[in-house]
Amino acid sequence: MSERKPKVVGFCCEKHGIDSAILAARSGRQYDASVRIIKVPCTGRVDGIHILQALEDGADSVFVLGCLEKNCHYDTGSIEGRKRVEYVKSTLADLGIEKERVEMFNASSTMAWKFPEIVSKMVDVARRLGPIGKAGGDR
Amino acid sequence: MIVAKRKPMAEIAEMVAPYKTVKVIGCRSCVAICLAGGEKEVKMLVSALRLKAKKEGRKQEFEGLVVERQCEKEWVEEVEGKILDSDLVLSMACSLGAQTIGDMYPKKIVFPALNTGIFGVPEEQGVWSEKCVGCGNCIIHTTGGICPIARCAKSMLNGPCGGSSNGKCEVNLEVDCAWYAIHERLKLQNRLDLIEQVSPPKDWSTSHSGGRRVYVRDDAKLTQHQKKGKEAVR
Ligand code: SF4
Ligand code: SF4
Repeated sequence: MSERKPKVVGFCCEKHGIDSAILAARSGRQYDASVRIIKVPCTGRVDGIHILQALEDGADSVFVLGCLEKNCHYDTGSIEGRKRVEYVKSTLADLGIEKERVEMFNASSTMAWKFPEIVSKMVDVARRLGPIGKAGGDR
Repeated sequence: MIVAKRKPMAEIAEMVAPYKTVKVIGCRSCVAICLAGGEKEVKMLVSALRLKAKKEGRKQEFEGLVVERQCEKEWVEEVEGKILDSDLVLSMACSLGAQTIGDMYPKKIVFPALNTGIFGVPEEQGVWSEKCVGCGNCIIHTTGGICPIARCAKSMLNGPCGGSSNGKCEVNLEVDCAWYAIHERLKLQNRLDLIEQVSPPKDWSTSHSGGRRVYVRDDAKLTQHQKKGKEAVR
């Protein structure tokens, strides 16, 4: 029986977030290619609803990746992103759903190691927790 | 405006658990402005409740809707079909909206997703504070435009009390003393003589203590004849 693939969605800002992923690839670092990357103009644009809907649509874990907080291309975008992620985490906890399914990360475009590290962390979470609920799972 | 706050997610999830078809209905007015029950909050709640149902393996259907003003029948009628089609309406308006739907469709079960709290104003992004409790007989022309009933911890009419210190309230040192603020405002306006005047006991019969209040404007009311005309046009 083939192993179920973990479903991980990553909302990455098109500045340092995506650039750190590109640098990781260019420098030959490996990461689980099944991660679904959604490019957003800024993590400040990511709303709780986007994260919840990703989970609703079958993601096992979701991460948001933005610029370093003191070096955000849009100044405070990644701080906004973190606030939204925290809000979603508390909502999940309130519902009895594992809050570690959702995480916020920051990277700069020069941190080639960061993206693979994030992906592997979130893939681990997805593997460990599996799909949400009995009615959930592969879709 | 009316400021409300979403009930804890766990409480809402428990309330809706027994119902199969749930319509979550928000309102685009007060509760949208205070980020409690507008379009975005409806979407978030629907999504969260779907996840909860999924987690617990329950087959439930949630649909999110938003009306312009849930406390007015005309707007509620726009989603009548959806309401009639539901096992439960979960209102994300203030309780006025929830009660409007309940009164219009008495057979339908309507639950509140919000706790309706205060008549408040936005102080800064994400912060709303109470400034009036709707006593029905406004006195702020005598208090420098600051309501002592809503803003003084003891709702004193003749303040400040002996506990006011450095502009803060003795009940909570984080909170400004309303009567200190009134004093400062009157001083600025050269109307400090007002603070010397003793206010007599207030007539609370105009407040909620006098029972349920219904305000009528006779000149705005429709006559029987006008009502019939309106019905005919429908
Ligand atoms: S139902 Fe009426 S009072 Fe309540 S939030 Fe909507 S518009 Fe405001
Ligand atoms: S005096 Fe009464 S009506 Fe005026 S602001 Fe205070 S509570 Fe509201």
